[in-house]
This record gives sequence, C-alpha cells and structure tokens, in this order.
Amino acid sequence: MNVIETKNLTKRYKELTAVDNLNLEIKEGEIFGLLGPNGAGKTTTLLMLTTLKHPTSGTAKVNNFDIIKQPDKVRKSIGIVFQDPSSDDILTGYENLKLHGWLYDMPDDLKERRIKEVLELVDLTDRKNDLVKKYSGGMRRRLEIARGLMHHPKVLFLDEPTLGLDPQSREYIWNYIEKLAKEEKISIIITTHYMDEADKLCDRLAIIDHGKIVVLGSPAKLKKDLGGDIIRLKAKNLDIEVLKKLKYVKKVDKCDSEVCLTIKDANRHLQEILRRVGKVDSVEIRSPTLDDVFLHYTGRAIREDSPEGGWAERAMHMRSNR
Amino acid sequence: MSELKGIYALWYREFKVFLRERSRIISSIVNPILWLLVIGGGLGSAVSFGGINYQTFIFPGILIQTALFSSVFFGVYIVWDKKIDFLKEVLVAPMSRTSVFVGKVIGGSTDTVLQTSILLVIGYIFLSNGILTGLNFNAFSIIVTLAFLLVTTAGMVSVGLIIGSQMESPEGFQLIGSFLIFPLFFLSGALFPIKNLPSWLSPFVLLNPITYAVDGIRGILIGSPAFNIALDFTVMIMFTTIMILIGTYAFKKMKI
Repeated sequence: MNVIETKNLTKRYKELTAVDNLNLEIKEGEIFGLLGPNGAGKTTTLLMLTTLKHPTSGTAKVNNFDIIKQPDKVRKSIGIVFQDPSSDDILTGYENLKLHGWLYDMPDDLKERRIKEVLELVDLTDRKNDLVKKYSGGMRRRLEIARGLMHHPKVLFLDEPTLGLDPQSREYIWNYIEKLAKEEKISIIITTHYMDEADKLCDRLAIIDHGKIVVLGSPAKLKKDLGGDIIRLKAKNLDIEVLKKLKYVKKVDKCDSEVCLTIKDANRHLQEILRRVGKVDSVEIRSPTLDDVFLHYTGRAIREDSPEGGWAERAMHMRSNR
Repeated sequence: MSELKGIYALWYREFKVFLRERSRIISSIVNPILWLLVIGGGLGSAVSFGGINYQTFIFPGILIQTALFSSVFFGVYIVWDKKIDFLKEVLVAPMSRTSVFVGKVIGGSTDTVLQTSILLVIGYIFLSNGILTGLNFNAFSIIVTLAFLLVTTAGMVSVGLIIGSQMESPEGFQLIGSFLIFPLFFLSGALFPIKNLPSWLSPFVLLNPITYAVDGIRGILIGSPAFNIALDFTVMIMFTTIMILIGTYAFKKMKI
C-alpha cells in the first residue's frame, strides 16, 4: 500500500519552478529520502504534502486523503519535524509537548502517557522540566522529533533532521529514526542534502534537482547502477581522450584538477590505466557513494556546506528574541 | 471541543511566556509611571483642565497608551514565530486558522489587560497619597474601565496580528507599528481635551477609534465625557469586531 502518491505535483513562483510535475509513490513502512542540494525543492514538496503550501497544479494523496480537498484529515494523520527550530524556548520540554497534545485534541490521560513514552524514546525524561533554551541543538531536535510522534502519526516527515548538528548528535538521531521505523511501524519521509545520511537511513530515495526527480531507487541499487568502482586520478596534463578509448572505462568525469573514472573491476585494470596516463600525483580507488550517483546524473557535485547556516547555529541565533 | 482545546493551548503558551518574561512586565509598568509623573507632573505645573490636576486628567489616556503599545506590539511575536518554525507547528495542527487567530487574540489581550490592571492598582495608590486627585474609583467604574480596556485591547491586538501576519521581519514590524501607534495615541485626546480643537485637527481626532476609548474611561473615572459613554462603548465594540473579522481573514490568507 502507498502512504503517499503525488500526481504532477507542481509549485511555481514568479520566475522559478520549485517543484516540477513530481510523481512519486511512497510505500507503507519505508524510510524514504528526498535527496538534493539546497533549493532543489525538497522542503517545498514537504510543505505541500503537509498542506502548509498550496500546489500551483497537480495534487497528492497522503494516507489516502487528498491534500487539497481534505487538508484537515491529512494533518490529523501526519507528524512533521521542521527544518528550523519549532519549539518555544521559553517553555520547558514538557510544556512544549503538553501544548502539542492540546493542539491535537488528545484526551488528558492519553496525552500524559504519550508524553512519558516519547520522552523516554528520545532520552529526555530527566530534562523535561528544563526550559528549552537550556537544551543543546541536538536535544532540541530530539524534543521536536518526540513531539512529532506524540499523536502516533502514520507518516512522519523530517525536514533535514540533522542539519547543522555535531557528528555525535547526528549519530544519535539516526539511531532514533531507525528505531522508530522498526518499533512504531510508521513511514518516514526525510529530506536531506547529506549523502551519508540518505545512504545510512533510507530504504529508497529520490534524488531531486531543480524540482524534478533525477533518479529513484534504493541506495545500494543506485550505486550498483553506476556499474563499477571509482578511480580518482590527480595529475597535471592528464590525457582524457586516451582514457575514453579504453573499453572497461564506463565514464570519465573531470572535476577541478582531478579526473574520476567509473570502471568495472578497478583492481584488475589499474595498472594498465596508470601506464597509459603516465605520471600521476595521486590515485584513489573506492566503491561508489551517493555523491558519485549525484555527480553521475546531474554532472555536478552536491555541496555539503549550507549557505543558510547550520540548524543549531540558527537555533542559537533565534534564542530569546522574545 | 477540539478547537477550544487548541485555543486554550495557544493562550497557555502566551500566558506562560508572559509570566516568565519579567522584563516585559516591568518595562510596561515603568513607562506609564514616567509619563504620569514626568509629563503629567511637568506639564501639570503649568496647566490644568476643569479643576482637576493634569496627572489625573491624563491617567485614562496613559491606561489606553499602555493598552495600545502593548497590544499592537504583541503582533511582533507572530513574526518571530514565523522566523523560526513555531508558527508552522501551530498551523500544521488539525485546527482552523480562525481558532489560531482567536487563541492569539485572547493570549495577547490577557497580557495587556493584566498590565493595565497593574496600572489601575498603581493609580489607586497614587490616589491615596495625593499624586492623583478626584479619580472616581469604585466597583462599577473599575468594571466599566476594564470593559473598555478589554474591548480596545482585543481590537488593537487584532491590528498587531494583522500587521504581523503580513510582515517578514521584526524590524519592519517595529516600523509599521510605530508609524501607526503614535498618531493613534496623539490624536486620541489622551493628553488634551478634545472639545474646542482647531478645525483642521478635529476630524482626525473624531475618526480615531482610540478617542472613544479614552473618552469612555475618562468619562467614568473623572466625569464630563465629550460623548455619551454608551456611544463610546458602541464605537469600540464595532471597531474591534471589524478588526477581528479582518484579522481572521488575514490569518486565512497568511503565507508561510
């Protein structure tokens, strides 16, 4: 069964088409990733699926409810953790959760039980009575994930769940997401521009660029489809044409002063390649990553640095502005 | 039922935050006292109207001033909520935008009415030690005053939220807010009697809804209102109703 089906979902702003005729099916119980650089249209897609933005054309079904005709039912059945901090930092963690319970019309006893449950799930039980402004970026993120789960949504949306967090917090949050998918049996849709995150978490993912799906599949399959290993050569005056003539070289990409070759059985052919190209400064052989997949399909590298600034950094910035 | 719980949630949040932000409460009290003592005392040494001292004359105006500033600038918090994603968290909940607006209005009005109530207490203290004279404080006049303050506040919180719903930056809000509040305050008769004004000034004062709020409160606390107090109240009710309707519409159309 599909929890999400989009039909030519499109969002156009004056000059820019943020989401361009998106057709997507997401299955029950899977962790699905929308992977792409900043500005690719991931967040816009999420905001349309969660009824916060109205599509210019096309529509989508979430849990079998139409996002345009039945927005209330859609909203009742989903949870979302936004990209920017969305808890009130002058309230305690517990109060933020209580607020959420009221907003979702939960009966009091159920609300209290769920608060206890989700606080335990994200290990914040002993910090629940601290003001959120005393939390670290990672803790605040975990609180918001807990909150997104409180009303037991069938689908949980996570918009850049680890943007700007330190490696330890990221690892922590990844573990929670995996635990959730396994224990709560909910479908999770993640947007991210971190390749490693998508690779680690997602059952399937769609690489999105300029509002369109470039390619879709499981991380393993996407990497396998590249058809071999990657050899990275660094050298002055490298003769690309010679390389292109070799039968087992599938693809040659030039990035800066380096050349990336996609090659079947790299170990076996390395010697010959080195002989052909002559003197090189450095050589690297590795299995393909999602970075290579992205490069392969779009012709550019995804940039990990975010021009918007890190999530935690913005959380600090937004702090106590009231 | 579900909508009521949501409204309660929004009110709860505003109220908690209000109680925790002591600096907000303190500044909202210190400013009016400065106005009463410095402007009132300074000008009062030179002018008086109809046999009451100037501090006393402007006391109703200062109550309204506090209500005006505090309630309009309450709208800036929605701009902050927009800057982080708190507003999205509220809007993605299964409650109507009308309820979101109503919850915000009740939350903002509570803050403001509490601030003006503290001022009323201070007024009572000043009255008993002679700084203010001739204020007519009794249960009935206090209730009427609070009714005026509540209606005015609800209308002006709506105005603040309407502006806030359209703005992207807090700085922009400050600008528009000040641009609006100062004329409303100065043209309301808070600081001077509105009888016998120059003919070019009079229409502006009469068109200003705040004029009627000041007149109503002055009428009940001091006496001799320029209009009928019932008329003052009717004007304020109408003004606030219209602002709430516009606000509801603005929230429905609000882009995020």
